[in-house]
Amino acid sequence: MSTESSPVPAARPSQPARPPVSPAAPIILTGSGAILKSLENLGITDVFGLPGGAIMPFYDELMSSEGIRHILVRHEQGAGHAAEGYASSSGRVGVAIATSGPGATNLVTAIADAHMDSVPLLAITGQVFSTSMGTDAFQEVDIVGITMPITKHSFLVTKPEDIPATIAAAYHIATTGRPGPVLVDVTKDCQQASAPFIWPPKVDLPGYRPVTKAHGKQIQAAAQLLAEAKRPVLYVGGGVIRSGASEVLLALAESTGAPVVTTLMARGAFPDSHTQHLGMPGMHGTVPAVLALQEADLLIALGARFDDRVTGKPSEFAPDAKVVHVDIDPAEISKIRIADVPIVGDAKDVITDLTVAYENAARDHTPDIEAWWQRLNSLREQFPLGYDEPEDGLLSPQYVIERIGAITGPEGVYASGVGQHQMWAAQFIKYERPNAWLNSGGAGTMGYGLPAAMGAKVAQPDRTVWAIDGDGCFQMTNQELATCTINNIPIKVAIINNSSLGMVRQWQTLFYDGRHSFTDLNTGHNTVMIPDFVKMADAYGALGIRITKKEDVDAAIRLANATNDRPVVLDFIVSRDAMVWPMVPQGVGNSSVQYAREHAPEWEEE
Amino acid sequence: MSHVLSLLVEDKPGLLTRVAGLFARRGFNIESLAVGKSEIPGLSRITVVVDVEDLPLEQVTKQLNKLINVLKIVELDPAQTVEREHMLIKVRVDNTSRSQILEAATLFRARIVDVATDSLVIEVTGDTPKVQALLRVLEPYGIKEIAQSGLLAIGRGPKSITERIYKN
Repeated sequence: MSTESSPVPAARPSQPARPPVSPAAPIILTGSGAILKSLENLGITDVFGLPGGAIMPFYDELMSSEGIRHILVRHEQGAGHAAEGYASSSGRVGVAIATSGPGATNLVTAIADAHMDSVPLLAITGQVFSTSMGTDAFQEVDIVGITMPITKHSFLVTKPEDIPATIAAAYHIATTGRPGPVLVDVTKDCQQASAPFIWPPKVDLPGYRPVTKAHGKQIQAAAQLLAEAKRPVLYVGGGVIRSGASEVLLALAESTGAPVVTTLMARGAFPDSHTQHLGMPGMHGTVPAVLALQEADLLIALGARFDDRVTGKPSEFAPDAKVVHVDIDPAEISKIRIADVPIVGDAKDVITDLTVAYENAARDHTPDIEAWWQRLNSLREQFPLGYDEPEDGLLSPQYVIERIGAITGPEGVYASGVGQHQMWAAQFIKYERPNAWLNSGGAGTMGYGLPAAMGAKVAQPDRTVWAIDGDGCFQMTNQELATCTINNIPIKVAIINNSSLGMVRQWQTLFYDGRHSFTDLNTGHNTVMIPDFVKMADAYGALGIRITKKEDVDAAIRLANATNDRPVVLDFIVSRDAMVWPMVPQGVGNSSVQYAREHAPEWEEE
Repeated sequence: MSHVLSLLVEDKPGLLTRVAGLFARRGFNIESLAVGKSEIPGLSRITVVVDVEDLPLEQVTKQLNKLINVLKIVELDPAQTVEREHMLIKVRVDNTSRSQILEAATLFRARIVDVATDSLVIEVTGDTPKVQALLRVLEPYGIKEIAQSGLLAIGRGPKSITERIYKN
């Protein structure tokens, strides 16, 4: 037995526990016991949550679980994002638990976030007694109704005998096809009543049959286009990461010699160090990546969804390109841009098949992309990613983030909030492996970073996990520092403290005549510094350090990386005037990309 | 352009909310909706008329297909489909108009299902143009209220949309 005061995860069975062999006499469990047993049987080892009235029967069972570590958060949103970070860093499903009413609604932002970014998330919520439902009972909300538009599916369970099949179905739906959040709402009387526990249950989902293996003819057609293209680009999205397709992508890229761009959700899907990698496309993408898509004659979109932040004005996006669109979700294909060759399937399977088909097609027709690479290489020489030192003598935020990445290295995990620091973390940290970069891409949820880092550290305890956060984002979910300290989850938080809602401020500077309406947070240089993040770290039992000078940056990062007995909060006081460049202003075509303010690269009009 | 979609769905709580909510949040307008049991226990059939161009129709169909409880979606070709609407019309009558209205009802093969001194309730079944035509004929007499079903539609010939639903 452990005598330590902090909770220690119980020994985990290497295999999920098996149910009793005798089918003749199934064990009788309460609904709560059935939830727990189902989760254990599915191999769940970690869950994040916070109890309340309607979920108390389940928590009573959870207390004695030997296979599942429960991490008590300070706010249910933290549980949701932690489960997301857990899932995104490991590829396993993340589990968040909350009570009815406000507990459940506090999960909503995280569920929506997981929906937008295709994160396998299982949300389990307590519900009031089934006999009280519909009466506006205490802490009653219709969470199934509320989450219908933002879940892949949702269930209400009122009978204990339905628990095993429902939990198994929820797990199956969350983790297969295009992953996503699934909510299971369980009434309190269902948790308390008993029923035989039958495992494995019969999961009957006649309306759910995700296609994973693509049509051979479509693969052939794509391979043919790829072999004939003069200016191809592999446009890689987050689906490649969810599918675990990075290795096969590398093989396809090297076989074709085609340039690769990785979207915000796909950073790390293809090594940044690879010569064929042009970087991130989109609103704050590199000039070579943006213009490669723009000037291409063929886009191979792999698990990407032509998001408006990538395409800019869709009607002006990649005007000369044919499109091969590979996605496991048929609804993404031709949603924004009509695909010439639609391919429904799992990225890993499709890329594997496409590589073989391409090699056959290229035997008859040697691809010629030499001129294309000359153009792209000249763009790379002319427009490398970079930044200027701030004129106010304060730290450069890009420098700080770049050093965190350089010192920690590609084996680290980097979770970010949303805004300028997120873009800089996507630009200036060099990603070499999938699942190293966690962020809220689709929903743009401020406050995602810290709890996501916490979840990632639980999933990947041997990795160094950084939350690259802003002073605004940090204040939305910083209560989870308590969770981190108490549960021995030593994450590192870098607050890129520019004392403002930086991205909004940047837009105000650029598009609203510099009228900085309500974006000043008073946390940084020359302000009252409320709150004082170092004191706050101290109050939470974390190591807090304020860094104001360039020469202190490296030492602070190294100290943070070496500190593993508690969380670390580094308060980097940076210049608020730093801006994210390059930038494509909203609502215009990507050819209007600006390398820096009022500085557009010339590009070849076709 | 109007399209008639026939959806085979699992009869689960909240199903209609899921379907209707999807139309609403993706900006598609439902012109008509009819829901009822199918011949397979546990499965319901939804007939929905939606006014969209072909490309957004493809998107709405794909999105509907992602709903876990939706088993199948078929767009019915008007040329190969029997379409029916059902309407109850309460029309104002007096001694001079009653016989004219009864005559009109007979011509449309509609039935009188309720009689009062100053009103009649007429039940009519038919495709949309027929039902609308009767309504136009009755309008001058004074329509007090109508209750109308959504469009029902079924393909002509021996094929069924429920075929092969539980295979593979």
